[in-house]
Amino acid sequence: MMWRFGLFDSTAFDSTFEPLVSTYWALCIALALPLLLGLLAALFPPKRMWPVALASLPLLASGLVLLFAFEQAGLLRWQWQIAGVSLSLRLNGLSVLLLLTTQWIGVAAALYTPGVLRLGEPEPLSRWLWPLMGALLSALSLIWLATDLLTLYIALELMGLAAVGMLLLSGKVAALLAGMRYLLLALVGSLAYLLGVALILGHWGRLDLQGLADVVEPGPVAWIAGALIGAGLALKAALFPLHGWLSPVHSNAWTPVSALHAALVIKASLFMLLQLWSILLPDTFYAPRVIAWLGVLAIVWGGFLAWRTDSLKILVASSTVAQLGYLMVVFPLLLGPDIAPLSRALAWEGFWLQLMGHAFAKSAMFLAAGNLILATGQSTIKGLAGTSRRLPLSLLVFGIASVTLMGLPPSSGFTAKWLLLEAMLISQQWWAVAALLVGTLLTAAYVFRMFRYSFDESAPRHRYQPLAPGMDLIALTLALIAFALGLLAHFPLELMHGGGV
Amino acid sequence: MNATWLPVTTLATSLLVVVVIFSLPEEARRLRTTVNLLAAVIKIILVTLMVGRVSAGYEDIFSFQVVGGVDFVLRADALGVMFAGLSSLLWLCTTIYAIGYLEGSANRKRFFGFFSLCVASTIGIALADNLFTFLIFYEMLTLSTYPLVVHSGTQKALDAGRVYLRYTLSAGVVLLLGAVLLHHLTGDQSFSSEQGLGNYLNDHRGLLTLIFALLVGGLAVKAAMVPLHGWLPRAMVAPAPVSALLHAVAVVKAGAFGILRVVYDLFGIQLSIELGVITVLAVAASFTIIYGSLRALAQEELKPRLAFSTVSQVSYIILGIGLFGPFGTIGALAHLLHQGLMKVTLFFCAGNYAEELGIHRIDEMDGAGKRMPLTSIAFTIGALGMIGLPPVAGFITKWYLGIGAVQAEMYWVIVVLVASSTLNAMYFLPILHRLWFRLGPAHGQGQWPKEQRLGRLETHGWLLWPMVFTALASLGAGLLAGTPFSPLDWATRVATGEYLP
Repeated sequence: MMWRFGLFDSTAFDSTFEPLVSTYWALCIALALPLLLGLLAALFPPKRMWPVALASLPLLASGLVLLFAFEQAGLLRWQWQIAGVSLSLRLNGLSVLLLLTTQWIGVAAALYTPGVLRLGEPEPLSRWLWPLMGALLSALSLIWLATDLLTLYIALELMGLAAVGMLLLSGKVAALLAGMRYLLLALVGSLAYLLGVALILGHWGRLDLQGLADVVEPGPVAWIAGALIGAGLALKAALFPLHGWLSPVHSNAWTPVSALHAALVIKASLFMLLQLWSILLPDTFYAPRVIAWLGVLAIVWGGFLAWRTDSLKILVASSTVAQLGYLMVVFPLLLGPDIAPLSRALAWEGFWLQLMGHAFAKSAMFLAAGNLILATGQSTIKGLAGTSRRLPLSLLVFGIASVTLMGLPPSSGFTAKWLLLEAMLISQQWWAVAALLVGTLLTAAYVFRMFRYSFDESAPRHRYQPLAPGMDLIALTLALIAFALGLLAHFPLELMHGGGV
Repeated sequence: MNATWLPVTTLATSLLVVVVIFSLPEEARRLRTTVNLLAAVIKIILVTLMVGRVSAGYEDIFSFQVVGGVDFVLRADALGVMFAGLSSLLWLCTTIYAIGYLEGSANRKRFFGFFSLCVASTIGIALADNLFTFLIFYEMLTLSTYPLVVHSGTQKALDAGRVYLRYTLSAGVVLLLGAVLLHHLTGDQSFSSEQGLGNYLNDHRGLLTLIFALLVGGLAVKAAMVPLHGWLPRAMVAPAPVSALLHAVAVVKAGAFGILRVVYDLFGIQLSIELGVITVLAVAASFTIIYGSLRALAQEELKPRLAFSTVSQVSYIILGIGLFGPFGTIGALAHLLHQGLMKVTLFFCAGNYAEELGIHRIDEMDGAGKRMPLTSIAFTIGALGMIGLPPVAGFITKWYLGIGAVQAEMYWVIVVLVASSTLNAMYFLPILHRLWFRLGPAHGQGQWPKEQRLGRLETHGWLLWPMVFTALASLGAGLLAGTPFSPLDWATRVATGEYLP
C-alpha cells in the first residue's frame, strides 16, 4: 500500500537519480509562487482577468515541468539538511496529479475572483483575499509533496487558517459566525492530530513517513495514534457525521472561496488520512469499515439534505457530503487485510479518479451556482425559475458538472464508478454496490429538482445583472475537464502506475 | 482495409453540430437551420458510405482505451448500420418538420441543440461495440431527451419530465449493474465476439440469468414494455417532433435495439434459449402488445392513442426475438425500421392536425380529409400499415412474424397477432372513417377548434413534405420489399449473419 504513495521506492530499486536543477526551480515556483503572487496582489489588487492570467502562467508551467520530469525519471525526491534536520519532499504520480489539479482549480478560482469582487458589493478587506488564496494554494501543494508528519502539520495548519481567513473576509455576520465555528473545529481537529503526532514521536522517536512505515507495529499505540489523527482529519475533511460545519461555511463564503474549499481543502485532509492510516493501520479490519459504513450514511443523508434544501449553495455543499461518502465507502478496499490485489488496484484508481473528477466538477458547480446567484440576485432554488431562457450557459455548466456528480457517462464520475463497482464486485461488497447505485439516484433527484425550476416558463421575468466576460467560460472549462477525465482517464491513471512500482 | 475514420466521423459530425448550435446566438435562425440541414445531409451520406462498406464485407472499427480492461469501441456492422440509417434518415425529416413546427416559438436554440444531441446519441448507440460504449450513449440519450420533454415549461410538461427521469435513470442504474457484473465475469465482451458467453453456462448459470434480467429489464424501460411503460404516454405533452423522435427514432427504438444487441450479439441465441429467458421475453412482449392495444382503444385523444399504439407496436420487435427462428428475427429487424417510418408519419400527421386545425381529440376529426387531403392520405397509409394491411410495410412484418411462429410451433403467437391486428383495426379504422366519410366543418357543419392558415397548401410546407416523404417511404418499404437495400433485404442480411456465421 505504501508504495502507492511513493514513500517506498529506493530500497527496492536503486533508481532515484539526483533531481535535475530545473526541477528544483519548478518545485520552488510551485510551492512559493502562489504565496508571493498573493502578496503582490494584496498590494496591487487586479481589477481584470488578464493580469491574473499572465501571473499564473509560470505557476502552470512549473506544474507541467514537474509532470514531464516525473514522466522521464519516475519518482522524484528532494532532500535538504537545514540546521541538522533533514527535510525531504517527494513527487510521485499521485502527487503530480493532485498538484496539477490544485494548480488548475486554483488558477481558475483566481481568474474568477476579479469579476466577483467587481460585481459584488465592495468590501474594504477584499484585497486580503489574494494573499490568503496564495497561502492556501502553497499549503495544498506542500501537503501533496510532504513526507514527514511535521511538514504535513505545518501545511495543514496554514491551509486551515488561510481557509478560515478567507471566510471571515466577506464580512457578513453569518459568515463571521460560520467562520468562527469553523476555526474552533479546525483547531480541535489540529489538536487531535497533534496529539497523535506527539504519541508517535514519543513512542517511535521519528516523524518521517518512510521511516515510520518500517518501524510501526500494530498495537495500542498505533491504534490510538491512528484514531486521534483520524478523528482530527475527519473533522477537517467534513466526513459524515462531522460535516455540520460545512454547509453554513459554504453558504456564506464568496464563490471562489467555496469552490477552492470544496474542491481541494477537504480533499487534502482526506488524502492525509488515507496516507497516514496506510502507515499506522495497514491491516486493521474495523477502522476502514467504520469509515465505509459512515460513508453509506453520508451518501444517503447528504443526498437527503441536498434534496430538501431551498438554497442553491446549501444544495451544492450538501452534495459534497454525499460525494465524500463515495470515497469513504472505498476505504475497506484500500486498507485492511486480505484484499484481492486486483480489487485494490481498481479501487485505488477509482478512488483518485473520483476525487479528481469531483474536485473539478464541484468547483465548476460552485462557480456556476455563483454565476446564477450573482445574475439573478436570488440565492434560493425557487428563485431560479425561468433561468433556462436567460442564463443558458450558466445552467449548461451546472448541468455538465452535475453529470459528473451523478456519475453518468461519459464523465469521470462514471468511469470512476465503473472501476469502483468492479472492485466492489470482486471483493463481494454488495452493500457498497448498493450505496453507490442509490447515490446515483439521490444525486439525480436533487440535481433535477433544481433543473425543474429552471425550466419553468410561467415564472415572472426579472431583470438580470450581466456577468463579467469569461466568468461562465472559466466554469465551463472546469466542468469540461471533469467531463473529459472520463473517457481520457487512461492518461492520468497511467501516471499513477509510474514511479514506485 | 479499415476505414477507422468512417464511424468516428459520423459520430463526430453529429456531436459537432451540437457544439455549433449551442455556440450560435438564439437569433441566428437561418444559420442554425442551414447547419442543421447540412449536417443531416452529410450524415446520410456518411451512413450510406457505411452501408456500402458493410455490404462489401468490411466492418470498420475505431477504438481506444479508457482505463485498463475497458475500451471505447465503435464498429459499423450490419445491425448497427441499419439503426444508424433509420435514425439519420428520420433525423433529416424530423429536423425539417421541427423547424416548421417551432417557427416563432421561444428557446429554439436549446431545442435544436438537445435535439441534435439526442440523435448523436442514437448514432453512438447504433455503432457501439461493447456494453461500456453502449451505456455511454444510452445515458446520454436519457439526459438529452429531458430538456425536450419539458420544452414547453408548463406544469404538466415538468411533471412528465420528472416521471420520465424516474423511470429512465432507475433503469440506467439497473443496466449499469448488469453491465459491470458482466464485465466482472467475462472482461471486455465485444458485440462482435464469436466466442459468446456459452463457456460460462455451466459454472455461472444463475449469474448469467441475473445479468440477462438486469440488462433486458433496464432496456425494457426505454422500450416501454408493460409494466415499465408509464413514462411514455405522459411524455406526450412534448411538442410533436419530440414525440416523433421519442416514438419512432430514438428512445423506444434505443431500448428495443439494445435488447436485440443483448440477445443476438452478447448472449447469442443458443445461450438465450438454454437459459430459458427467451420464452419469458416472448410472453412479456405478447402481454405488452395486447395491453397496449387495449389501452389505445380507450383513449379519446389522438396523441395518447398513438402513444399506446407505440407501446404495443414496439413489442413486435421483442416478440420477433422471442420466436427464435430466422423468420422471427427478420420480422423483428424489419419492424424496427418499418415501425419507425409508419409511426413517424402518424405523429407528423397528428402534429399537422393540431397545428393547422387545432384538433387534439378524435371526435373533432370529422371530415378532415377534405380540408387536409395529403395529411389524411398519409395518416391512412400509416394507420393501414399499423393494422398490417398490404401493401404497406407493416404487412411484411406481421407476415414474417406469422411464418416465424408457425416454424417455431408457437401457435399461440398467431392468436396474439390476430388479436392485436383486430384491436389495431378497432382503434384506427374509426379514425379513418371520421376522416373520410363523416361530414364536418369542411362540409359546412360546425367549426374547427382553432384553424390557422399556415401555408398556400393545406399547411406549412416544412410540415407537409417530411410527412409526405415518410408516408411514401412506408408504402415503398412494403411495395419494394424484394429489392436490394430495402429494409426487409437488409434485415434478412443481418439475420443471415446471426444464424449462419
